[in-house]
Amino acid sequence: MKPKVLVFSGYGLNSEEETKFAFDWAGGSAHIVHINDLINKKFSLLDYQILAFPGGFAYGDDTGSGNAYALKVRNHLWAELLQFIQKDRLIIGICNGFQILVNLGLLPATQKYGTREVGLMHNKQARYVVRFVDLNVETHKTPWLKDIKSLSIPVANGEGRLSIPGDILRNLKKRDMIAFRYFKGEMSTYLDLPANPNGSVEDIAGLIDPTGKILGLMPHPERGMFFVQLPNWPLLKEQYKRQGRKIPKEGSGLKIFQNAIKYFS
Amino acid sequence: MMNIARIEVATKVFDTRSDVRNKRLINSGFQNIKNVKIRDIYTLTKLFAYKELEKIAQALSNPVTQKTHIILKKSVRSAKLGYVPNWAIEIGFLPGVTDNVAGTTKEIIEDLLKLKFTKDEDVYTSQITFIEGKLTKNDAQKIAESLYNPIIQRAHIKNYAQYTKDGGMDFIIPKVTLQKNPETTVVDLEVPDEELAKIGKSGIKGNDGKRKGPMALRLSYMKEIQSYFRKLGRNPTDIELESLAQTWSEHCKHTIFADPIDDIKEGLFKSYIKRATEEIRKKKGKGDFCISVFKDNSGAITFDDQYLITHKVETHNSPSALDPFGGSITGIVGVNRDTIGFGLGAKPVANYYGFCFADPRIDISLYKGPDLTQKMLSSKRIMTGVIEGVNQGGNQSGIPTPQGFIYFDERYRGKPLVFVGTLGLIPKKIKGKSSYMKKALPGDYVVMIGGKVGKDGIHGATFSSEALDTGSPVSAVQIGDPITQKKLSDAVLKEARDMLLYHSITDNGAGGLSCSVAEMAKESGGCIAYLEKVPLKYVGLAPWEIWISESQERMTLAVPKNKWQKFSQLMTSRGVEATIIGEFTKSGRCKVLLHGKTIMDIDMEFLHFGLPQKTLKSSFTPHHHAEPDLKEEKEYTQTLINLLERPNITSFEFISGQYDYVVQGNQVLAPLQGRGRVNSDTSVFRPLLSSSKGVILSQGLYPTYSDIDTYHMAASCTDTAIRNVVAVGANPDSIALLDNFCWCSSDEPERLGLLKRATQACFDYSTKYETPFISGKDSMFNDFQGYDKHGKPIKISIPPTLLISSIGIVDDISKVVSLDAKISGDLVYILGDTYDELGASEYYRFLSEKLKRTVIGNRIPLVDAPKNKKLYHTVYKCTQKGLIASSISITRGGLGIALAKKAMGGMLGLNINLANLPGKFSHNSSALFSESQGRIIVTIAPDNKKTFESLLKGNSFTQIGSVSKNDTFEIRGLDNKTIIKTTIDRLLKSYRKTFAGY
Repeated sequence: MKPKVLVFSGYGLNSEEETKFAFDWAGGSAHIVHINDLINKKFSLLDYQILAFPGGFAYGDDTGSGNAYALKVRNHLWAELLQFIQKDRLIIGICNGFQILVNLGLLPATQKYGTREVGLMHNKQARYVVRFVDLNVETHKTPWLKDIKSLSIPVANGEGRLSIPGDILRNLKKRDMIAFRYFKGEMSTYLDLPANPNGSVEDIAGLIDPTGKILGLMPHPERGMFFVQLPNWPLLKEQYKRQGRKIPKEGSGLKIFQNAIKYFS
Repeated sequence: MMNIARIEVATKVFDTRSDVRNKRLINSGFQNIKNVKIRDIYTLTKLFAYKELEKIAQALSNPVTQKTHIILKKSVRSAKLGYVPNWAIEIGFLPGVTDNVAGTTKEIIEDLLKLKFTKDEDVYTSQITFIEGKLTKNDAQKIAESLYNPIIQRAHIKNYAQYTKDGGMDFIIPKVTLQKNPETTVVDLEVPDEELAKIGKSGIKGNDGKRKGPMALRLSYMKEIQSYFRKLGRNPTDIELESLAQTWSEHCKHTIFADPIDDIKEGLFKSYIKRATEEIRKKKGKGDFCISVFKDNSGAITFDDQYLITHKVETHNSPSALDPFGGSITGIVGVNRDTIGFGLGAKPVANYYGFCFADPRIDISLYKGPDLTQKMLSSKRIMTGVIEGVNQGGNQSGIPTPQGFIYFDERYRGKPLVFVGTLGLIPKKIKGKSSYMKKALPGDYVVMIGGKVGKDGIHGATFSSEALDTGSPVSAVQIGDPITQKKLSDAVLKEARDMLLYHSITDNGAGGLSCSVAEMAKESGGCIAYLEKVPLKYVGLAPWEIWISESQERMTLAVPKNKWQKFSQLMTSRGVEATIIGEFTKSGRCKVLLHGKTIMDIDMEFLHFGLPQKTLKSSFTPHHHAEPDLKEEKEYTQTLINLLERPNITSFEFISGQYDYVVQGNQVLAPLQGRGRVNSDTSVFRPLLSSSKGVILSQGLYPTYSDIDTYHMAASCTDTAIRNVVAVGANPDSIALLDNFCWCSSDEPERLGLLKRATQACFDYSTKYETPFISGKDSMFNDFQGYDKHGKPIKISIPPTLLISSIGIVDDISKVVSLDAKISGDLVYILGDTYDELGASEYYRFLSEKLKRTVIGNRIPLVDAPKNKKLYHTVYKCTQKGLIASSISITRGGLGIALAKKAMGGMLGLNINLANLPGKFSHNSSALFSESQGRIIVTIAPDNKKTFESLLKGNSFTQIGSVSKNDTFEIRGLDNKTIIKTTIDRLLKSYRKTFAGY
């Protein structure tokens, strides 16, 4: 049976459809569920193997990105969510989803689940930033990133700058909980842009919890899952054609979703 | 006494918002500023226990990065900051202005503490900017002015001494204090014509003698209304008159395009635009891809066997002049509703924008009022506000923005143009029913969903039908709330639509309920509305205000009675407010009741078709302009560099890079292309991730050509819009067009003459290319009437501006071609002929500015459609065969600029020789900068040379050079001598210079 994936929606989340597409393409069976249908018990988190908090603009970022949606989850679904976490299951938060997980205190959760330990703040430009970045995978303590060395996928956010207090940062490093760092790879070289798009502390782009089952990241793997989503695909296509190589269909972002599905297969 | 608490949230770690504001203020001349700190304020007017306030404060902040202060009573303690700023400036909203953050905060508190706010209790947000640095009171005042817009916001300034003495900033409650609901009044139309005209122009006279705002009803309309009500034996009520004003407004009825003009009885729209589409559709026969044109909120064409693509472009010019942010955000979310309101509802899959401004680097003061009163915002302020509005509207709605443009001309200083568009995707059939057909049936409920109604946006439709002057109402401005709309859109498009829970849907845009309900009532044959049921933001609205208010994020639906319960439950569970406000009938009348009393009762026939026609008269006088004295120059490197820095050509990455084009994952060719991140005129997206089909988007716009001739202006716009999508890979047989006319002083025969010529060209060229118009919009009075810096009366009219937007479908997105040169050694070809066509070109404008006199010349490009059409079909064959490695259509700035963009895009040098350039021209300057239409530059792999050339046989084309191995950009002129030689880095430096700090 295909692993079941629940993709949250409602209140301004907006990437649920392409996130569902990514999980389905990777071999899963993803359902988009409105948060109120969980609150009203029409659906239960526990019926799923994977939870995905997709990108978006929940509550228009009012009172801080991810904050209001996280409060709604905490006020209504907290017990069920903790139960979910106790089982051998996976959670991902992408962009706004990452902001929600951080505000819920599910990431990084160095001590316990539920305490906010880091902040995602306005980008250093104090503006929404859209561009491709390169991510270096920094940890292997998570099934989400198995056999992945690096990814080239886009960021698109206004509040993506991680701010982490010194003691927490030391702890994260010691326990191998930093998922990704921005680095000057293929994409930022091609675009001639700095590796770090928003001034995030120590170029950190994503985190995991101590178990590695929860992953959060600012960039969007589902917007870099196709070859034709890449900014340099027209150039690569021309090069491949002349080298007699096949034009690929996938982009590197798909691997994250494939890893999650594989974990349950 | 009122219970008030202030929760102030300060950042305790490095705060970029404050840092960026600090830098921007220093850049705008306040070098003495040492430090800026921003605080977010929540003012709560509800009684809470202190413990509860602590809980709220915690919920509104992140303890890792922020700290909070709860202030119940002002004291020395409450003013303690831990640092000593010189000034504190608080910006908050004026009463009645939509405060989105406050709305969310209220929801958070209600959910957190499980309680409800009563209608007298509320939340208000504001922001304090603390500034450290030696500044005079005047400086602080100026800074405040740069931070707020007095039309929608308030500013309070205190120096540190005052701040400490007062115990901080004041508790300010911007509550709307309207006493009670004003009643409906009867308007006496049995008055002399002079008074009748005044009512029509400036509004109905209230009891206080003040007029209630412009209705834009000219005397002939007022006479028609007078005689209609004479027949009924009574005078109209204010709501009846206001309602007619909305429905009959230029904004809604497009009378200038509909009325007979000269000997054209059917008017310009029917005889030139609509007829063109009809003829093309007939000619295409089985190949006709138009599905729904000119009748719904958007136009729709076939995407594939199962889906349609819709497109619509709107303008929001007048509101954007007064409140740039509010104007543009409501523009973009408003046109999104034209998508949601197409058929049974299309899903927005791409946004589109185009902004016309005056140069923001030049500051010229303008005043709406005499004696230097009612100062207009600066062009820089308008530009940044408009950009920010579309950013928030588009990004927050989760709709990608792959394509847009900016354009500058001094004549947009009085009124900017803000084009906003949305493309949608809709299945052809929903549960076996055609999705693009809709019909409200008698007995269906009239249901309003989304936001509540307030005083915002009163007289929007009638106000935009007039020139901007001192009487322009401030209530015509609204603020958008994209998230309210996103919730509505998700609930409708992703759930209710596919359950067929309603029969019809339309947008509440211009004219509010008065237009949307009356428009849908055409489908059933009548309607009755119960005004007391409409949910309001606050008390105090007159019935006519409720009926015509343009408060945002609302749609009107026809819900059959037996589906209401299901529909209502669904909306509630999605956090969307849905209210029955009436019923559709077949009575032939549009009736409005208030608490059982009829306050409006008009024949549908009169409401919609009673507007008298007036035959318009046009005239046309050709103009002759001075020609520059063209001398051959030795070299053109510096000229090319100067042109690259011009706002109409230079990079606007600062906009493209803040508008999300990757959301929905549908990007294929992004707005910035190649290594050099060059802004492209054309973009591609994939609306269905499961399909390999794509949509190609572009446009053509040449406002300055109107100075010479609007006929050829329109022809060039059309050819450019088509050529741009062909260059990327569109099939010339599957291109559709949209027209947006933004004109000025359209009551003057000369301006109408220009309009007539432009629409004639639209007909001629769309039929020649067989590219149908599927939707269009016009805005006819883009004039500013006010005063200059000396208080002298001044009128600024925009150049007649036509935007032709194009949309092309491509079967296989992997075959589309980007603009950047790809591989060293590739061959560079020009397709099409070059002529001495520099009239009103960017180059002649540059020369005019340099010489400080107008020498825009007279020879604008002439379009040879049959020749171009043949070439475009050949280009399509080449892109389909994968022969073209890079491709760019030659537009503003001519061949020189197109080559520079190609080189910068690929970060590869070019080696070009113009000696054999096809065409007929006299100078190197023509070769480089003429804007002759019908031209494309491509690069191809050397291996493809033979196939490519044989395919192109019969067209005008020449190989003009190759892609270099180094980064030298070199062009040889007509006599083989080098006329341009520079490096890619040098070009890029200039290309990115102009808007570097924006």
